Amino acid sequence: MSITRRDSLALGVAAIGGSSAPLFGAHAAVTDVPMADVKPPNLPIEKGASLHVLRPAKFVAADEVVFKANVEKFTAATGVQMKVDWVSWEDLGPQTAVIANTGAGADIVIGFSSSPFIYTSKIVDMTDVATYLGAKYGGWYDLATTYGTKWKTKEWISIPMGGGTGPTVYRTSWVRDAGYDKIPNDHEGFLLLCEKLQKMGHPCGFSLGHAVGDGNGFVSWALWSHNARMIDPDGRVAIESKETIAALKYVARLYKTMIPGTLTWLDVSNNQAYLAGQIGLTFNGISIYYAAKNSSDPAQKAIAADTSHQLAPFGLSKRAPQSATPLNAMVFKHSKYPNAAKEFIRFMMEADQYGPWLSECLGYWCNPLKAYSQMKFWDADPAVKPFAGAMDTPFYDGYAGPVSAASAAVTANYTLVDMFASVATGTVTPEAAVKQAARQIQRYYKGA
Amino acid sequence: MDATVAMATHPASFVRKPDSWLTKLFDYKPFLVFLCMLPTAGLLLVFLTYPLGLGIWLAFTDTTIGQSGSFIGFENFEYLMEDPVFWLSVTNTIFYTAIATAGKFALGLWLALLLNNHIPLKAFLRAIVLLPWIVPTVLSSIAWWWIYSPQFSIVSYVIVDVLHLRDTYINFLGEPWPARWSLIVANIWRGIPFVAITLLAGLQTISPSLYEAALLDGASGWQKFRRITVPLLMPILAVALTLSVLFTFSDFQLVYAITRGGPFNSTHLMATLAFQRAIPGSQLGEGAAIAVSMIPFLIGATILCLYGVGRRKWQQGSDND
Repeated sequence: MSITRRDSLALGVAAIGGSSAPLFGAHAAVTDVPMADVKPPNLPIEKGASLHVLRPAKFVAADEVVFKANVEKFTAATGVQMKVDWVSWEDLGPQTAVIANTGAGADIVIGFSSSPFIYTSKIVDMTDVATYLGAKYGGWYDLATTYGTKWKTKEWISIPMGGGTGPTVYRTSWVRDAGYDKIPNDHEGFLLLCEKLQKMGHPCGFSLGHAVGDGNGFVSWALWSHNARMIDPDGRVAIESKETIAALKYVARLYKTMIPGTLTWLDVSNNQAYLAGQIGLTFNGISIYYAAKNSSDPAQKAIAADTSHQLAPFGLSKRAPQSATPLNAMVFKHSKYPNAAKEFIRFMMEADQYGPWLSECLGYWCNPLKAYSQMKFWDADPAVKPFAGAMDTPFYDGYAGPVSAASAAVTANYTLVDMFASVATGTVTPEAAVKQAARQIQRYYKGA
Repeated sequence: MDATVAMATHPASFVRKPDSWLTKLFDYKPFLVFLCMLPTAGLLLVFLTYPLGLGIWLAFTDTTIGQSGSFIGFENFEYLMEDPVFWLSVTNTIFYTAIATAGKFALGLWLALLLNNHIPLKAFLRAIVLLPWIVPTVLSSIAWWWIYSPQFSIVSYVIVDVLHLRDTYINFLGEPWPARWSLIVANIWRGIPFVAITLLAGLQTISPSLYEAALLDGASGWQKFRRITVPLLMPILAVALTLSVLFTFSDFQLVYAITRGGPFNSTHLMATLAFQRAIPGSQLGEGAAIAVSMIPFLIGATILCLYGVGRRKWQQGSDND
């Protein structure tokens, strides 16, 4: 079943120039999502409603194809005229700010992570929709609750629609040659594996450069897997701890097993190195596997067949020490059609629309609602299975403090990445690096 | 001959009506000057003065993306004074500008002198030389990013896999100093055409008779260069130098595309740091403060270039003795 869906992706791409709606409209209802019988909130759509939606540009083709098809389905079902703008990731934040401050423009912004928390006073309460979706689809994963609700309340301000995450990606045969059938879950075992891979000429590689996603993802894993945290639950900077020092010392050892040059790596670098067969193991989203699997080059297809994913090693943590970057949908109060906007988001999260989107993006946006982890396509391809529960994590940027824009500033300034990079290369002592980082973090959390 | 011309040739036969106030107004020279300058002044006000003023205002506020801030005086600057990353970006920028400009001028002048000779395919060669300048910087930056890649560098490939001179690929960008030099090389490559073509234009304005006279006096090649070419090139050199320093000082694209300021901020320039703090980091006020901090340096550099290099007595009308 999942295979036919994925095959239809190619058709969908081909048909997008014309009318792709009939093709996707022909999708059978998604039957493999367990759902409870819950009545949707009563949100009568306003007469003559039209909606303007802003969302991030696609990285995998299916994201746009299926999303557009779903939007057309919504128009067909309700008569609401839709306009969707696809915005480059870096422009999304500033554009959202303009919309919020002028009170004009898009009704719905599908932003990232903490974005709704900047505009809490300007967006519509989403508790009814979130409660309904949670009840119908087996509840929300922790990460979705973290990014959907106001800190320590049950008030939903936004609907997390999916999250991009970065588990371990590795070459199955090389790891097997090193004597493992899966990635060790403890720090020392993982380090030993990386040493062996290096000796075999298939080293690991993790970005310690200014790569927003990969660099921050890797160092967050190092912190969380050592039970270190940047902020405490009261919002105070908590990076100066013996756990952080331990994480820094560990990464310094791990760095010695990596392919040279990871200090210069940007977000695409590990994808390139992996697909060129230069590294055997890294942390990344589905994009490496997706590109290899959908390539027409037999060599790339062979790499896809030899690729596995596994959650990042737990180390000392009890739960997967990795986070995801959630798509976070908010409805602005200035919208003339708030009911239509809420209905649109609900519609997109329902199985008939969400199922194809999730499965054809192949885990690119992992599901925030638990029931979707039971879709059969996850089992059809063992390589994508680890993405099924990727939002089942207590960790997030700025863990364990309140979600705020401050953590985004720390991420954008590579404060943690630079802390690890300077220790890994022996430029600075761990103690000095932590002090310097704490000072910078303090700066952004001052007003939070 | 039509009527108009006839009238103009016999002004006496034309009795003028008394001028209306509108005609008088338009005949009033200061008003006309003001009117003609208005469109330009308007453009400058809207597109230069306003953004610059706004930038300076933002530097004194704690504005973030999404929240309009309030006036906080010099707090942003006080923080920057104590911020080692900011100071690193300042010294990087000065170093980057100084070395890259020197390189561009040395090589650019050399290239201009070569192109000024009579060589076959002259026009074609001159067009080719402009290429690095014509290609959008983002594209050439990506090309350089590949050249410096720790895994896929063509330079490393030739040295390691073809010539077998080294065992490992060169880590161009992985350490602070190599990374800085790598960026400077890329910047010089990009800047040479501008300098070369500008100086070439200057060289072509120098009268050949001067060289002929020098030849008759038995001057050597170096003497001709030192005593004729250099002094006569000075005015255009000053302008080219000023522009080149300004471009290099405010460079953004190369660094942003190749290193994003890494490894650990060692290649951040003031422009890239300002962007990083302001847009991805959302701290508009702090980013603006960094950008505003560039202004004194830019003014200083401009004054130095224009007055230090460009001041020659003959430019003010006297002899150049």
